[in-house]
Amino acid sequence: MPEMTYREALRSTLIEEMDRDPTVILLGEDIGLYQGTFRITEGLLERYGPKRVVDTPISELGFIGAGIGMAMLGLRPVVEVMTWNFSLPAADQILQNAAKVRYFSGGQVSVPLVIRGPNGAGVQLSAQHSQSFESFYGHFPGLRVVAPATPADAKGLLRTAIRGNSPVIFLEHAALYGVKGPVPEGEHAVPFGQAAVVRPGRHVTVVAYSRMLHLALAVADRLAGEGIECEVVDPRTLRPLDLDTVAASVRRTHRAVVVQEQWRPFGAAAEITAGIYERCFDDLDAPVERVTGEDVPAPYARNLERLAFPDEDRIEQGIRRVLA
Amino acid sequence: MQPHAESLAVPVETLLDWYRTLVFVRRFEEQTERSFRRGKIGGYLHVGIGQEAVPLGFLSAARADDIFFVSYRDHVHTLVRGTDPGAVMAELYGKLTGTCKGKGGSMHLFDVARGNYGGYGIVGGHLPLAVGAAYALRYRGTDRVCLCFFGDGAMNSGALHEAANLAGLWGRDGMCPVVFVVENNQYGMGTSVERASAVTELSRRFDAYDIPNERCDGMDPVVVYEVATRVVQEVRGTGRPYAVEAVTYRFAGHGAADLFQSYRSKDEVERWRQRDPIVLVERRLRALGALDDARAAEVARWADQRVQEAVAFAEQSPEPPPEELYRDVYGD
Repeated sequence: MPEMTYREALRSTLIEEMDRDPTVILLGEDIGLYQGTFRITEGLLERYGPKRVVDTPISELGFIGAGIGMAMLGLRPVVEVMTWNFSLPAADQILQNAAKVRYFSGGQVSVPLVIRGPNGAGVQLSAQHSQSFESFYGHFPGLRVVAPATPADAKGLLRTAIRGNSPVIFLEHAALYGVKGPVPEGEHAVPFGQAAVVRPGRHVTVVAYSRMLHLALAVADRLAGEGIECEVVDPRTLRPLDLDTVAASVRRTHRAVVVQEQWRPFGAAAEITAGIYERCFDDLDAPVERVTGEDVPAPYARNLERLAFPDEDRIEQGIRRVLA
Repeated sequence: MQPHAESLAVPVETLLDWYRTLVFVRRFEEQTERSFRRGKIGGYLHVGIGQEAVPLGFLSAARADDIFFVSYRDHVHTLVRGTDPGAVMAELYGKLTGTCKGKGGSMHLFDVARGNYGGYGIVGGHLPLAVGAAYALRYRGTDRVCLCFFGDGAMNSGALHEAANLAGLWGRDGMCPVVFVVENNQYGMGTSVERASAVTELSRRFDAYDIPNERCDGMDPVVVYEVATRVVQEVRGTGRPYAVEAVTYRFAGHGAADLFQSYRSKDEVERWRQRDPIVLVERRLRALGALDDARAAEVARWADQRVQEAVAFAEQSPEPPPEELYRDVYGD
């Protein structure tokens, strides 16, 4: 299997889908002339021209709303948000129009729209640029919410997102763009709602997605030296959420730790934890442990920021607590 | 506002047709108010009584394959476009046979087969959709036009600014054939334009986006039709946006719950009633000898009968079955 970066996986999928389907078009801030803030769209303006690679003003409400209108007319827009933090001015468009127009029109229109960009904390970006939106958007019926952690899943989930007929909140992570990994050749697609058992193990199930998956895998490596076998499960998509795979794992291991970068209250980990309790309460040998971001706005100072988000040590502590 | 001459451009048959349509939609909406009071219609109910000339004029000027987006005050647009009145009434009654299977209600009438991309309940929220839809029409190589109807209240939303700026930008490349139709009924709920907008001549706002614009009388269907015909033709040719502020008036309250109307005087309402679009068309037809009392009564009977048929259809239609609750959430 060829290796490529998460960035290249996204970019090559955009190219493959744009070559295949002329209704796929791109919109976003500085995706064209500037080549993309994170260079996901590098070279695409030159390749496809300004009608298909549309540089927009700093106007998220406007261009995300316009993307919804294009999708209602049968185009397949892939709209880049420079970061998901900037989606909030367009929240009304995403939540009130994209998510619901199919329903309140009685199924007369679909919104085959992908909105993609980096989610979560960067490095010292402070409070307004370090947020995770999976539970915010995941709350609303009508949306799909996906968060790939690997280049293969970035490619496979993006393809499914573009070819689907529902609005997809595609959450990337800026810290992952340079990560390399094997990617299957050909039209690799990952269906929504299928978690992956990324590493098998007998003693504890660790559920983690996006950047947290990589931390969880590192901790699993670390603990393997002591004979502790972690089964690491990546839900990959949060809406739909494959709780069956998570529960099947917990039935084998009898213990679970759920990791998320975002704040604890009402977070994705709360939903996953509740799902575990509902499905396999009697199989549990210990309460489910949540490892989450601290319940404060993200600070700027590097030492404080390190305290604000989960790291390998805190994931390890969480695992040791459920094993105690 | 441009003064208007007595137009001869609209044939008498068309005028008669408009008269029938206006009487019918008026009676239809009066019935919806009665049905609301009887508890047959729930939720919010925003009628367009008094404002009918704007959708009638624009949708008569547009081609059948042109599309439109509209605010929650969407009954008249939907009926004028030719959607079955029974299906509209059934939607308001929350029935399976409604335009949206009873899932949208008064604020969300859709008929995509007729180019009706829907009514939207958040003020200004549909404006960016219309701009994107217009882009898509051009991207696909058609010469279809997108009409975007909204009230004066939406003029003060951020969505207007962002939608208009994008339309102005994309229009430079001929990629945004959208007509912004401001249905200026002079009140955003109970707040007058004077109390809500720093610039009360709303059309001027579009100067900021290099979008050609004008203001017109929004009570006389003939005036609206003439303006709309010219504007739609221009937009079809250029692929550039255009804005028309049609100054109109709603005789009814903002919604069915607006009972006291403490924000305006009875005299004011009465003055505007003198320019009721039905009265204006009726006056023309009588002057042309094309309408008399007997014929007017005949039209009224025909309209009432159609309304009663729509009510009967809605009453007799089944409610959506429980499984509809879970349908249409996702497109795949």
